[in-house]
Amino acid sequence: MTEPMIAPAAQAEWQQKPRSSGWPTLAATPLSQAMSLPWGRAALMIAVLLYLGAALIGPLLALGAELVALGLPTVVRALSRPEALAALRMTLVLTVIAVAVNAVVGTLGAIALTRHRFLGRSVLNALADLPLAISPVMIGLAFVLLLGRGGWLAPLLESLNVKTLFAFPGLVIATLFVTLPFTLREVAYVLEEIGTSEEEAAATLGASPWQTFWRVTLPNIRLGLSYGLLMTVARSLGEFGAVLVLGGSISQHTQTATTYIYDAVEERELAGAYGMALVLGICSVALWITLEWTKNRRKRAE
Amino acid sequence: MTQAAYALAPGRGQRLLGALVALYILLLVAVPLAALVHAGLGQGIAAFFEAAWHPIARSALWLSIWTALLISVINAFFGTACAWVLVRYRFTGRGTLSALVDLPFAIPTLVAGIMIAILYGPDAFLGKLFASHGMPIIFAKPGIVLALLFVTLPFVIRAVEPVLLEVDPTEEEAALVLGAGPWKAFTTVYLPALAPAAVSGSIRSLGRALGEFGAIAVVAGNIPMRTQVAPVYIFGEIESGAPHSAAALSVVLLLLAVSLHAIARFIERKTGSRHD
Repeated sequence: MTEPMIAPAAQAEWQQKPRSSGWPTLAATPLSQAMSLPWGRAALMIAVLLYLGAALIGPLLALGAELVALGLPTVVRALSRPEALAALRMTLVLTVIAVAVNAVVGTLGAIALTRHRFLGRSVLNALADLPLAISPVMIGLAFVLLLGRGGWLAPLLESLNVKTLFAFPGLVIATLFVTLPFTLREVAYVLEEIGTSEEEAAATLGASPWQTFWRVTLPNIRLGLSYGLLMTVARSLGEFGAVLVLGGSISQHTQTATTYIYDAVEERELAGAYGMALVLGICSVALWITLEWTKNRRKRAE
Repeated sequence: MTQAAYALAPGRGQRLLGALVALYILLLVAVPLAALVHAGLGQGIAAFFEAAWHPIARSALWLSIWTALLISVINAFFGTACAWVLVRYRFTGRGTLSALVDLPFAIPTLVAGIMIAILYGPDAFLGKLFASHGMPIIFAKPGIVLALLFVTLPFVIRAVEPVLLEVDPTEEEAALVLGAGPWKAFTTVYLPALAPAAVSGSIRSLGRALGEFGAIAVVAGNIPMRTQVAPVYIFGEIESGAPHSAAALSVVLLLLAVSLHAIARFIERKTGSRHD
């Protein structure tokens, strides 16, 4: 790997910058044991474990137990039906699109939002955060009202002969909306943390803006960007409300993995529903392990 | 500071990039939400109130609000307790438990709902146990609360953890040396530091709970006036071809979501913390 171009002075400054306090200092101090009396400690531990067990760990184990009870062959048979495969393929395609778009938008958007000064920047910042706060069903409804019959964009779409609702473009729009904040926020956070001194140093040493971007900025935001992209994958795999409203969950056409599960539950097709839930569950556990790994690497890099 | 110092920032390129990003965000977020507000309010205030104040809509909204408030309070207490245990105690499995807390962010909420429906469903051991004591969980309100607890679990824990790590342990030692009991030391040293984080995490979980759809749709049974929450009501109205009454209740939810979001952002700005 090539060393990023950094001026010695900037590098020294970067190394001397105080980092946020690391992990272990607390435990090393023997006196810092307030709230740690034996009985209180045990009671708190039990309460926390019961809580996590009832709300998190129990449900996770229940799905596994149920699948064993249903029998693996039944589940595999249900999942190899064309509808299930088509739903899985659709989710995969949407995830790939979301990752590609958000890698570009997240990086460039974060640079524009943190490094550039322009009118309405804080409004854009707040808007970009909003998808995290809004119910997916409302997102779906908003696009139905915008793109559907009588909507503001309906005449334009009709004249172009593009079908968005209950069609593939609708699913793409829904996925892009709900995944917008992840890369943008992670990269913006890193950019604000590292400041501009390294980029300034590169520019002073004669690097063109593109060189600065590829050799200084990108290596610096790499871990933040990966974290944001992993969150993007998690959200695209799991998005339900918005793709249900915008796509309509038409079997073998606009059905995704999650809407397939929903329909299968409605039809009491439990083998298919739980099998697909397991597939998504395995994906999310794999994602989660990668997320934790990335998080630890970032902690060490800080 | 010279502009040329930043990556991708030479004059025209900068403006172009800014404009493109602004266009993307406006088209994707602002325009659809404007269409939603327009549909909700466009037929006059009277029509808006009539739609949003319809008994079924009102009961759905109320159910959403009280369950969300309940879980945000539970999260504030248990989330802080979990963070405390995970940061302060040393026990085997701590690393795994700490990582496990992030899992709900990776699991699709619909799948979370399915898991809860299996564990507490009428056919399962736990479900039977609770039902025989007169408290069915699935297709009832406790199921909604459990589903919300699952999907909002990380918010407070992840907000409080970094704060706990940053409190200077010498302050606590000073409190103890000066004769404060453990509880006093906790309330004077830690509570002021972690309260804003716990509150902002709790507000974020409240906002999230108000909008939750997938996890609730499979556990609640969605009986109007009884176990139907606001997002499920909105979905039902869309399905039955009444987008305008769906939009009316959406405007109410949007207003709540945006204000909660703004409050959480304000607290995080003030305390310099950041949620994950």
